Amino acid sequence: MARSRRPPTVTALLSTVVVLALVSAPYVVYADITSLLVNLFILLVLATTWNLLAGYAGLISVGQQAYVGIGAYTVLVLAQNGVSPYLAIPVAAAVCAAAALPISLLVFRLRNEYFAIGTWVVAEALLLIAVRFPSLGGGTGASLPGLSGFDPALRQAFTYWAALAVVVATLVGAYLLLRSRVGLDLTAIRDDEVGAASVGVRVSRAKRIVYLAAAAGGGAAGALLAVSQLNVLAGNVFSVQWSAYMIFVAVIGGVGTIEGPILGTAIFFTLQHTLAQNGAWYLILVGGIAVVVAMYAPRGLWGLVADRFDLRLFPVGYYLHDERVEPP
Amino acid sequence: MQWVNALLQGVLLGGLYALFACGLSLLFGVMRVVNLAHGDFAVLAAYLALAVITGIHLPLLWSPLVVAPLFGVVGYGVQRFVLQRSLDVSPLTTLLVTFGLSIVLQNAMLEGFSANSHSLPSGSLASGAFRLTPQLAVGHASLIVFGAAVVAIAVIQVFLSRTSTGRRIRAAADDPEAASLTGTNVRHVFGIAAAIAFASVALAGIAFGSYSSFDPGSGPQRLIFAFEAVVIGGVGSLWGTLLGGVILGVAQALGAQVDSGFGVLAGHLVFLAVLALRPNGLIQARLT
Repeated sequence: MARSRRPPTVTALLSTVVVLALVSAPYVVYADITSLLVNLFILLVLATTWNLLAGYAGLISVGQQAYVGIGAYTVLVLAQNGVSPYLAIPVAAAVCAAAALPISLLVFRLRNEYFAIGTWVVAEALLLIAVRFPSLGGGTGASLPGLSGFDPALRQAFTYWAALAVVVATLVGAYLLLRSRVGLDLTAIRDDEVGAASVGVRVSRAKRIVYLAAAAGGGAAGALLAVSQLNVLAGNVFSVQWSAYMIFVAVIGGVGTIEGPILGTAIFFTLQHTLAQNGAWYLILVGGIAVVVAMYAPRGLWGLVADRFDLRLFPVGYYLHDERVEPP
Repeated sequence: MQWVNALLQGVLLGGLYALFACGLSLLFGVMRVVNLAHGDFAVLAAYLALAVITGIHLPLLWSPLVVAPLFGVVGYGVQRFVLQRSLDVSPLTTLLVTFGLSIVLQNAMLEGFSANSHSLPSGSLASGAFRLTPQLAVGHASLIVFGAAVVAIAVIQVFLSRTSTGRRIRAAADDPEAASLTGTNVRHVFGIAAAIAFASVALAGIAFGSYSSFDPGSGPQRLIFAFEAVVIGGVGSLWGTLLGGVILGVAQALGAQVDSGFGVLAGHLVFLAVLALRPNGLIQARLT
């Protein structure tokens, strides 16, 4: 058995080239392009982690914005106490993973659709709690201290590189997770949960690991949001709109593959920018496309491409090679 | 005495939530569909009622007669052409599809009606009240809504248990394949169930619209309340949904009494507590 048809070195080489090109971006393009890329990276992180939850653990969550909010507020609190916001980003991810543990004990009692709305209620409750703290800005938001000493162009560049580091870490982390033993467990759970449990897969443990990883990803995304926007507003960071974006991106791109969210994010951003002047129409269009794709192409647009051309850029499955084909 | 008043208002508010939630409960009990666009359909019904009331000068209490049947037809169509297709793909696809529908509806209403908030003109109904004691008053409007909720749930319950179509719906809910073997057109009866659910959503939307103001983005908040009512009361039981609605309403009213910003949060905390301690809800029964 092999992990992929072609040796993975092609993808590795291609990815390295892409990453190096992206690293050099602040020297090559203007700040508005890097800030666009920062938003794209944030969405990609969220879509990738949502995809891990939904496509591999079978957990459809509409409440990941809870961790976006916790991540953003962690950075705010740390910055208010003198910690550099950039250093606060990994701390925010860790805090979210820690917070996800008790939350998971609560929401894992629900199945399927009820899990979805349960996670949403948790996010709403956190929003209502966050606005009660005037020191954190209450309902009107607080600006992020600690970055005013930087030259704006330098600050933009650092934010961009931090975002790039987070998105690369997320994609590499997702890839490694899915190729590991936990990934095999997840594929078994996705196919048949009861069957997987009967062969010894520890189902709740695998799901919980993915949930904590997704929470960490959401927290990192929230932290990046705080750093790039320079302020934290509860109604923005805890908004269910984030779930809308990540779900649409993952569904359109393809749930259950790592490449799917990348394609989905690219499509989303293209649509958002070409239709920016027409108000909410791009969201209607994106939502409509997501609905149609969910109904008629359940593996998403990347799924259509991958099946048609038998292409796997991030191979996480197994292939059976049989070199000794005997005629019957 | 303020607490008793808050309790009373909470119970009546619960009727509103229950009216709203019974459609959600029906859709889930019969078809295993959680309609995340439920709240947005209610808001759409309110906008339609507003158009009808201002357009042809129909009194508020007559507007359900126009909007509810229209929504019944819409519900049948949505079930047969969108939800049924999603159910055929996988049960979880309906979640994604209805979520997408919710966002599309909200933004379409935003484009069509602007972000201004409106409220349905209820005239004398809004201010009339029965005075029980000098400190306790029960509003006419709240009482009508509570009564409508009880009547709607009773009618649906009787329909499901006593009529032949209701029997077919319950059969299809239990086991669609066996039901189709006995001659039931499963897709058609699911459509009927959806039509009933959507008609109740129209009623609830009109009730909400006269109770408080609405704007294109009000849907999700209403959905969460409906969902909390269903879960607290027990998934699968319509009377449980009424109980759940009342408990939620009371929790919110008492919470608001403690601190004016605390009402909604109190409701969420009660929901999370029920989740932690008794995840199957208070009344554990099947819809059939």
